[in-house]
Amino acid sequence: MIEYWHLFLAFLIPGVVGYGGGPASIPLIEYEVVQRYGWMTTPEFGEVLALGNALPGPIATKMAGYIGYEVGGVFGAVVAIAATVIPSLVAMIILLKLLMRFKNSPKVKRMTTLIRPAIAVLLGVLAYQFFATSYEGAGLVQTILLVVLSFLALERWHIHPAFVIIGALSYGAIFLS
Amino acid sequence: MSFALQKDIFIGFFRASMLGYGGGPATIPLVHKEVVETYGWLDDEEFSDILAIGNTLPGPIMTKMAGYIGYRVGGYAGLTSALAASVLPTVLIMIALISVLINYRDSPVVQGMTNAIAPVVGVMLFMLAFNFLRRSQRALGWPVVVGLSVVSLIAFELIGLHPAILIAALIIYALVRRSPKEGEAS
Repeated sequence: MIEYWHLFLAFLIPGVVGYGGGPASIPLIEYEVVQRYGWMTTPEFGEVLALGNALPGPIATKMAGYIGYEVGGVFGAVVAIAATVIPSLVAMIILLKLLMRFKNSPKVKRMTTLIRPAIAVLLGVLAYQFFATSYEGAGLVQTILLVVLSFLALERWHIHPAFVIIGALSYGAIFLS
Repeated sequence: MSFALQKDIFIGFFRASMLGYGGGPATIPLVHKEVVETYGWLDDEEFSDILAIGNTLPGPIMTKMAGYIGYRVGGYAGLTSALAASVLPTVLIMIALISVLINYRDSPVVQGMTNAIAPVVGVMLFMLAFNFLRRSQRALGWPVVVGLSVVSLIAFELIGLHPAILIAALIIYALVRRSPKEGEAS
C-alpha cells in the first residue's frame, strides 16, 4: 500500500511543479524515482528515457506508466499516470471554464489577441529546437532537404501529416542509418 | 452523449499521439490539425487560448490539452476518450516493447528515424507559429505583433524568463487594464 502512495507522490510532485510540459518535468521525475525512492539507477532511468523518446506520444505519461508498472504492476501504472495527469488537468478545466464564461467580454477578447504572438514565439522556439536536434544528428544537408520536402508536402501538396511522418521515418530508417 | 462523437474524439487524439515523436510539444500541431481542421470542434482563437492557459499551468501539455478539449467537446465521456487515446496506446507499447527495444536502442535504424522526424516536427511547429502570427496581425496590425514577438523572444531566449511568467503577465494585463469603452460606461 505504501508503495502506491509513494508512486502517487513521486509523479504528483513533478506534475505540479514542472512548468513547460512533459519534457521539462523529466529531471524532476528522475529525482523522485532515482534519488528519493531508489526504484532505478541513473543509467537505468536514462535507458528507459531514451527508449521512451524513440516511441510516439507524450513522454511524461510513458515514463509514469512504465515506472508505475515496474514498481507496482497494473495498479501502480494507473496510480502513476493519474498523479501525472489529473492535478494539472483539473486546474486547466477550472481556469478555462471561467474564461469561457466571459468569452464575449472585451477584456477576454483582448487577452486572446495579446497572448497570441507570445504563443507563436514559443512554438517558433520549439521548432528551432527540433531543427537544431536534426542538424546535430543528421547534418545540414539532410536537415534542409527534410525541411523543404516536408514543407512542400504539408503546405503545397496538402498531404496528411500521417503520411509525411511515416515517409520521414522510413527515409530515416533507410538513408540515415 | 453520442457514440459517433466519442469515437471521433478517440480517433483524433489517438492519431495525434501516435504520430507525435518528440514528446508532448511535438503533438501540438497534430492536435491542432485534428481538432481545428479535421473535425472543426474549435477555431484558432479558442485553440490558442487553450494552448496559452496550458502553458501557464504546470504538468504535461498533451494531457492537459486532450483532457480539456475532450471535456469541452464531449463532456466527461469526451474527457475520458481523449485522455485514454492520448495516454494508453503509447504506455502499453512502452511496457510491452521495452525488453525488445533495449536490444535495438543503439541501432542505427532507430537513430536514423529519430533524426529524420525532428525536422518534420520543426516544420509543423513553425507553420502553426506562422499561422498564429498572421492571425494576430489581422487583429493588431504588424507593429504591435512584431513588438510583442520581439519582447517575447528577448524574454524567453535572452533573459531566460519562464514562458509561463510572461504569458501570465500578458493575461493579467489584458484582464485588469480598463478598456476605454468600459471607462465611458462607468
